[in-house]
Amino acid sequence: MQSIVSISNLSKTYAGGHHALKDVTLDIAPGEILALLGPNGAGKTTLISIICGIVKASSGSVTVGGHDIVTDYRATRSMIGLVPQELTLGAFDTVWNTLCFSRGLFGKKPNPEHLERLLRDLSLWGKKDSELMTLSGGMKRRVLIGKALSHEPSVLFLDEPTAGVDVELRKDMWALVRRLRESGVTIILTTHYIEEAEAIADRVGVINDGELLLVDDKLALMHKLGKRQLIAELEQAVDSVPDALAHWSLDLSADGSRLTYTYDPHNTHTGISGLLQAIREAGMVLKDLRTTQSSLEEIFVNLVKSK
Amino acid sequence: MNTYAVRVIYKYEMLRAWETLLQSFASPVLSTSLYFVVFGSAIGSRIEQIEGVSYGSFIVPGLMMLALLTQSISNASFGIYFPKFTGTIYEVMSAPVSFFEILLGYVGAAATKSLLIGLIILATAGFFVPLEVAHPVWMMGFLVLTCISFSLFGFIIGLWADNFEKLQLIPLLVITPLVFLGGSFYSVSMLPPAWQTVTLFNPVVYLISGFRWSFFEVSDVSVGLSLSMVLMFLAACLLVVWWMFKTGYRLKQ
Ligand SMILES: Nc1ncnc2c1ncn2[C@@H]1O[C@H](COP(=O)(O)OP(=O)(O)OP(=O)(O)O)[C@@H](O)[C@H]1O
Ligand SMILES: [Mg+2]
Repeated sequence: MQSIVSISNLSKTYAGGHHALKDVTLDIAPGEILALLGPNGAGKTTLISIICGIVKASSGSVTVGGHDIVTDYRATRSMIGLVPQELTLGAFDTVWNTLCFSRGLFGKKPNPEHLERLLRDLSLWGKKDSELMTLSGGMKRRVLIGKALSHEPSVLFLDEPTAGVDVELRKDMWALVRRLRESGVTIILTTHYIEEAEAIADRVGVINDGELLLVDDKLALMHKLGKRQLIAELEQAVDSVPDALAHWSLDLSADGSRLTYTYDPHNTHTGISGLLQAIREAGMVLKDLRTTQSSLEEIFVNLVKSK
Repeated sequence: MNTYAVRVIYKYEMLRAWETLLQSFASPVLSTSLYFVVFGSAIGSRIEQIEGVSYGSFIVPGLMMLALLTQSISNASFGIYFPKFTGTIYEVMSAPVSFFEILLGYVGAAATKSLLIGLIILATAGFFVPLEVAHPVWMMGFLVLTCISFSLFGFIIGLWADNFEKLQLIPLLVITPLVFLGGSFYSVSMLPPAWQTVTLFNPVVYLISGFRWSFFEVSDVSVGLSLSMVLMFLAACLLVVWWMFKTGYRLKQ
């Protein structure tokens, strides 16, 4: 399928000389939810800002819906909605006015019904005549989302949409993102919360120090990089791992009551049955046995560390 | 052309002025009235006519220009500086609008505001001194051109300034002295000859002279020269703005 956002060999060096993006190439399919993960200063906001026209690329190109973001900016920007990372809102405007402003700015004729629906969706209808400075942080975040959606974009960028948002609201936001996806909107979000990517993304990209380390289907990523661990709780603690079990290179917990075996579930021979047999033969009695699968978080930390 | 965008920028800029009505309109009117009381009535009653015009009336065009220049600059510079300062400019930059459309919205609103202020001051002046305008079309022409040129100039300052001091530096250190020394309160011919020559390097002299001519048909320099100076200033501002647009100056990293 033709990609809706196509980034090729994009680099950015800021005036100060900082190399914020290094040769990033990425294609985003229509209707998908892509989560960009990366530590502070990785270049996530820079990438989004270039696509939206706020920052100039040093080299490389981007197309949105087949249009170049520089030469055909009217076409690309009309398609894009942006929710910035910072809570940047005027102080004295009302919620309603600021939405009308955004819609007009993006060249759409007024449509009060659409804006009303949007505000109701965001549970902001009751606040429509409030001044922005009287709103709480979470409400401001929702106003920013409302502004970004006011002109009915087909590509939505959410730069850390749930930073500083309480648990319940975060769930609401995830639901909103899924609803938007169902209506055909392509969503690119950045986040520090791995569980957020895990909960709503179709694909996950990891950026570190300006480099796009990988982009993969979320499930495939967990499948590919996810190690599994078998944890055996012992009835009686041991001082050291018996020699008979050396082959499996087990980790023994400090108190000697827990053995951990790390393995790759995709290997034909995981070695689990042999291990269990060897444990029994070594005369150890198991109290409990469980397996865990590494989360995106561990995958992410490992990736960033290995660089 | 994204006319909806121009319209909303213009509309919400005007709305902001409306909400801060007192600050936007009342304060220039008040300060101008004070000038009238002090200069026009208290001092003016002791000064004979200048070139056949009573002193109170004589200073009206200069006072209007003083207000117009400072208001145009502060309205336009603040209008673009503020969203830059708060960060809300991100939205304008990510919108499908050209620099020209942004300019039209912001500068158009600033120029409209100062035009209104100019007219209100003119009406206020009518309460204090007898006024008649000899060439209403020229008067409006100078008024509109000045509002547009200096709003453009203010827009440039607002883009250039990266802190509040710089924002106030030019109006305070450059514009106010130029206007005061530009013949607002006197005729250039009243100065010693050496100073008359120096004064001719002050662009505001041409502005005030031409504007005053449209009221009383008295002027320090020819009205054609005045008009050309205003148009030149407008062209210079347009050139700078065009360059800023080309380079994304102070907006895009
Ligand atoms: N305007 C700027 N001028 C100079 N350097 C900048 C500018 N904006 C960002 N940078 C630098 O570019 C790098 C990437 O910044 P960016 O904001 O893209 O990171 P990020 O991944 O969004 O981080 P975070 O998770 O903290 O939001 C950082 O090292 C930052 O210091
Ligand atoms: Mg960021």
